[in-house]
Amino acid sequence: MPKHHVTTTINGEPVEYLCEPQQTMLDVLRDELGLTGSKEGCSSGDCGACTIIVDGNIVCSCLMLGAEANGRSITTIEGVADGERLHPVQQKFLEHAALQCGFCTPGLIVAAKALLDENKNPTEEETRYWLAGNLCRCTGYDKIIRAVLDAAAVMRGEAR
Amino acid sequence: MPRVRISGTGARRFTGGLTEFDVEADTVRRMILELDRRFPGIGKQIDESMAVAIDGQIFQDAYQARLAPDSEVYLIPKIGGG
Amino acid sequence: MAADGGFKVVGTRPIRPDGVDKVTGRANFGADMTMPGMIWGKVKRSPHAHARIVSIKSDKAAALPGVKAVVTAADFPHIASEEAFMGEGPMNFRDLSHNCMARGKVLYEGHAVAAVAATTQAIADHALDLIEVEYEVLPHVIDVEAAMADGAPLLHDDLFTAGVDPKPTQPSNVAKKITFAKGNAAEGFKEAEVVIERRYSTKPVHQAYIEPHACVVAVAADGQVTIWSSSQGQFMVRAYCAKLLGIDIADIRAIPSEIGGGFGGKTLVYLEPLALALSKKSGRPVKMVMSREEVFRATGPAAGSVIEVKLGAKKDGRIVAADLVLKYQAGAFPGSPVGPGCMCGFAMYDIPNVNIVGYDVVSNRPKVAAYRAPGAPNSSFGVESCLDELARELKIDPLRLREINAAKDGTKAAHGPTFVNIGYLQTVEAAKNHPHYKIPLGPNQGRGVASGFWFNIGGESSAACHINEDGTATIVEGNPDIGGSRAGMAMMAAEVLGIPYERVRPVVGDTASIGFTFLTGGSRVTFATGMAVTQAAQKVVEQLKARAAMIWDISPEAVEWKDGKAFPAGSNAGSFEPLSLADIALKSGRTGGPISAEVSINAQGAGPGFATHICDVEIDRETGHVKILRYTAVQDVGRAIHPSYVEGQIQGGVTQGIGWALNEEYIYDKDGRLENPGFLDYRVPVASDLPMIDAIMVEVPNPRHPFGARGVGEVPIVPPMAAVANAIADAIGARMRDLPMSPPRVLEALDGDEPPRMAAE
Repeated sequence: MPKHHVTTTINGEPVEYLCEPQQTMLDVLRDELGLTGSKEGCSSGDCGACTIIVDGNIVCSCLMLGAEANGRSITTIEGVADGERLHPVQQKFLEHAALQCGFCTPGLIVAAKALLDENKNPTEEETRYWLAGNLCRCTGYDKIIRAVLDAAAVMRGEAR
Repeated sequence: MPRVRISGTGARRFTGGLTEFDVEADTVRRMILELDRRFPGIGKQIDESMAVAIDGQIFQDAYQARLAPDSEVYLIPKIGGG
Repeated sequence: MAADGGFKVVGTRPIRPDGVDKVTGRANFGADMTMPGMIWGKVKRSPHAHARIVSIKSDKAAALPGVKAVVTAADFPHIASEEAFMGEGPMNFRDLSHNCMARGKVLYEGHAVAAVAATTQAIADHALDLIEVEYEVLPHVIDVEAAMADGAPLLHDDLFTAGVDPKPTQPSNVAKKITFAKGNAAEGFKEAEVVIERRYSTKPVHQAYIEPHACVVAVAADGQVTIWSSSQGQFMVRAYCAKLLGIDIADIRAIPSEIGGGFGGKTLVYLEPLALALSKKSGRPVKMVMSREEVFRATGPAAGSVIEVKLGAKKDGRIVAADLVLKYQAGAFPGSPVGPGCMCGFAMYDIPNVNIVGYDVVSNRPKVAAYRAPGAPNSSFGVESCLDELARELKIDPLRLREINAAKDGTKAAHGPTFVNIGYLQTVEAAKNHPHYKIPLGPNQGRGVASGFWFNIGGESSAACHINEDGTATIVEGNPDIGGSRAGMAMMAAEVLGIPYERVRPVVGDTASIGFTFLTGGSRVTFATGMAVTQAAQKVVEQLKARAAMIWDISPEAVEWKDGKAFPAGSNAGSFEPLSLADIALKSGRTGGPISAEVSINAQGAGPGFATHICDVEIDRETGHVKILRYTAVQDVGRAIHPSYVEGQIQGGVTQGIGWALNEEYIYDKDGRLENPGFLDYRVPVASDLPMIDAIMVEVPNPRHPFGARGVGEVPIVPPMAAVANAIADAIGARMRDLPMSPPRVLEALDGDEPPRMAAE
């Protein structure tokens, strides 16, 4: 079967690629585009390690076909920082030691960024439920939640 | 001389079921050599599958660990972790 | 240096040196590597739980365009049975080889029977379908007691139960029987005024690291091998591949990728030997990545188990006799952690008469691998639950019962040695005095406590400290950084050298770049590798003092090192301006050459860890759902080098224990096939399942570590299952003795005879 020709925008840059019909967006990011920041943990949409933002919504890239990216706007972990300037979520993850092995971290950061883009003042409960689709086996989530709530405060100008 | 006791069952097949011995030795290496002299084959078993607790402190793969004449010495199964 | 604190760097919370790479997605994990000319490897796995392999026909697969190699057991050397203490637990190299690639028989669904390498993943998958394997299906057995029963299907006809006298003549699924005894349990029970005897069980659970196993292996034409893989130890990967493939160790260079979780499950190899064989045959680098389904079907979980506990006590709470029987599943090959399970069960207590029996039992499941304090969570689930039942019977507060029976310095453990320098009682006191213990409980809520113990190990570690020309330092060590250990290494070196943490860069070296180092596990890295790093930095300080002495032309004994500078020791040494590390580094060539030290040690004296946990739950009587309301984990940590990462280990271990308690289990169908090999139905805790977890660190410094550190990573998983079970019993008045305590089972327990408990005593 012939490959699909896809034109899309990833992290603000125009991108073109060819992909097999059955290749997932995660496969394309990792194996075709060299964007290995998004991780494969389960390929069934249950762990969230492959989380990306597509047209403003968080999506498991393993559940999306590479061909479906055509004409859309995609943000991956590689697009969260602004050059050398870390996003407040990234900075707070570091300060709160909200990562141990770091494998779930890219997916969590993308999901958390999406939360804070939508809700400037989430409660602990709202944060926990928003991030319930991102599995972490190392941290027990405690420091992750603290980091996200602290990042929200920074973004509201109430903390540094 | 130190009294050596064996905990667990792995080494019993070499000692005919005995679990307590007085051993003339001042290092773990010498203790193993002496025990192997008495019970051939037990040396390899200790080397590969056992740890030595000397006065409560656990040593693994430590030939040079010292034994005092009144040391409490236990051979226990080796410990790993995850 | 000061053993009572007063450190400048140790004990603070700087940002980890590998942190930015990990929050930006730049860090390279096992599957993130590519090599030029790389092809893809895939594994053909048994669909049967137990079967003889009659034949394997791979010619059609080999002929498929794009397929570059096919391997089976025929491509791996025969290995004689060789007992070894491998990685983090007992196994046998022959068994490891047969686990990586089945020979003669398949022993579990998912057991590898062949592997292929092809130019694309799709072609490799197609090739797997073209491999024809003829099986003679055999009856299978999975449950531990079913495997022990007379007439159970036997996995190995050359397996005779060890530890039984006289030596058995018939093979068995019981690989080993192990016993420990202290005093005289039979007599002891006669003195008891109250006796409680109960049976508990646990289902097998997986470590569930989020990163599946992955590697890229390249074998050059001259046979030299490069392995890139995610593992808990690159020296282990190198050694096992050398053994399994019959290669000289020096011909293999194993490079550790960043590792996305291990918890013991990555202390051995699955894919690397296969990728090596495929690369050798095809002449191309081969990349292999497990799917999540393969991780569940084919990699080592923690043992399912039966725990039988009998406790005999006086009415005042003193336990006078205890009996423990453990039956642990080893999976397809012998080697469950039943030994440590036996030794850990009563380790927290001073009991004069104890009898312990453990059985290591094979069954048709993946070979068990280490999982955080292997063996201890199972036995402690039983013992700590039974203690709770005893406390209720005696009407004594459960923490008070533990206080009465606590092991202290000078207590003789059930497995023999006398405890020295332990902090168990301090954890019980801290729990008792914590505000959590006094918070009033509402309807359908309950509180449970439990304690735990783990040995912690030391072992072989190498570390190098190099001073760079500008006065910064590079530390090279050999432990994959699973939980933030790089930061700890840099902190300890910075403390010794007296320079800022930011001027010390830690590097995790591959097998060609640093001396032999035992794997990351057993809660050993901060202890043993930290010791090697500290010693290397101390040697460097001696060199720095000698160089300063040469610059000043005085005796080296007359030089002091303080706050990163050399000072003349006293006014008669001479009045010289202090020399900073940077000053001395600049002149290093002229004063003798590069300033550097490498230390290789076999660290002893790790010192055990103890913990006491308090858990509050709320039960939904309609759904059986258990909500964790509050959790406080007190642990004796020696000294927290980087407190945030110590808290992290505690919180992570607690969470895994909660999952083990409430939801995680392998579900098999009648043919021995796994029905839930994915994260949807293998339910691990998610963010919305948990509250904040209060990690309370009690510091009883370990005198055998330069900074007083103890291992901390494993102890936290030991108490939670019983803490949760005890809390549920408190809430609903019904005791659950079989894990997991998932909603359907809680509902069954609620329908039982015991009346519901009144809220809040």
